[in-house]
Amino acid sequence: MTIGIEHYLVVSLVLFLLGLFIVVTHRNGVRILMGVELILNSANLNFVAFNRYMPDSALSGNVFAIFVIILAAAEAVVALAIVLAVYQQFSTIHMDEISNMKH
Amino acid sequence: MDALLPSLLFYAFAGVILGSAAFTAFARDIVHAAFSLLFTFFGLACLYLYLGADFVGLSQVVIYVGGILVLLLFGVMFTGHQTQETEKRTVNFYWGLALIALLGAGMVPALLKAPWAVKSAAELPEAKSTISSIATLLMTDYLLPFEIASLLLLMALIGAVVIARGETKTDEGESPETSA
Repeated sequence: MTIGIEHYLVVSLVLFLLGLFIVVTHRNGVRILMGVELILNSANLNFVAFNRYMPDSALSGNVFAIFVIILAAAEAVVALAIVLAVYQQFSTIHMDEISNMKH
Repeated sequence: MDALLPSLLFYAFAGVILGSAAFTAFARDIVHAAFSLLFTFFGLACLYLYLGADFVGLSQVVIYVGGILVLLLFGVMFTGHQTQETEKRTVNFYWGLALIALLGAGMVPALLKAPWAVKSAAELPEAKSTISSIATLLMTDYLLPFEIASLLLLMALIGAVVIARGETKTDEGESPETSA
């Protein structure tokens, strides 16, 4: 049985759902970031898979995936800086306990 | 029989990715979750290579495994374990399960039935190295996004330093009011 685009789409969908599950259920800021990374990765897998299965698209999917990786890196850096700043301010990164603009 | 080994490889990669991602989602300890993410990122890199996207696969290893994952681990360790009692707890656990089950049950049949305008696996061209083509694309068609991305990275770098430096820098001539 050969591997078609649907296989990749299902893998990517399950990855996205697991990331969504993390974002919905966990309240630790770093753990939520992990979920966001999973979601971004699932989108990337779709880009690369469609690029492979549409050979006429001249690698646009690959280039877009690279831009997504760049954005994910920038996002992770800034988000973790925010998490650290929040931790210094509130001594917790439990998202439900951080409800004030100023401590 | 020729296609058996590649299919098995795909299923192995997919199993590693989804298994470790599920562990990340369900593990109680956040350090375990972070380390399990390592296998997810490596599995995805393998899948990219499997798809003939060598440059994306290598970038995945370098940036995700070498950069973002280490950053996440730093985040875990900086924010400490003393508050683990509350941070191990999950909320909406069953609602979350129901949500992803519902979304999955709705979307998997849709994905499988949709008439994707793609070629079948048999008529795909032989995968060849994409690096030089991507380099050409980045310097021609995608030059503006490329430059903007470099600017964005610089902004993220400076912004992260400014944010994370936070309240500890009052001894360098800053007004102490900012450290309230």
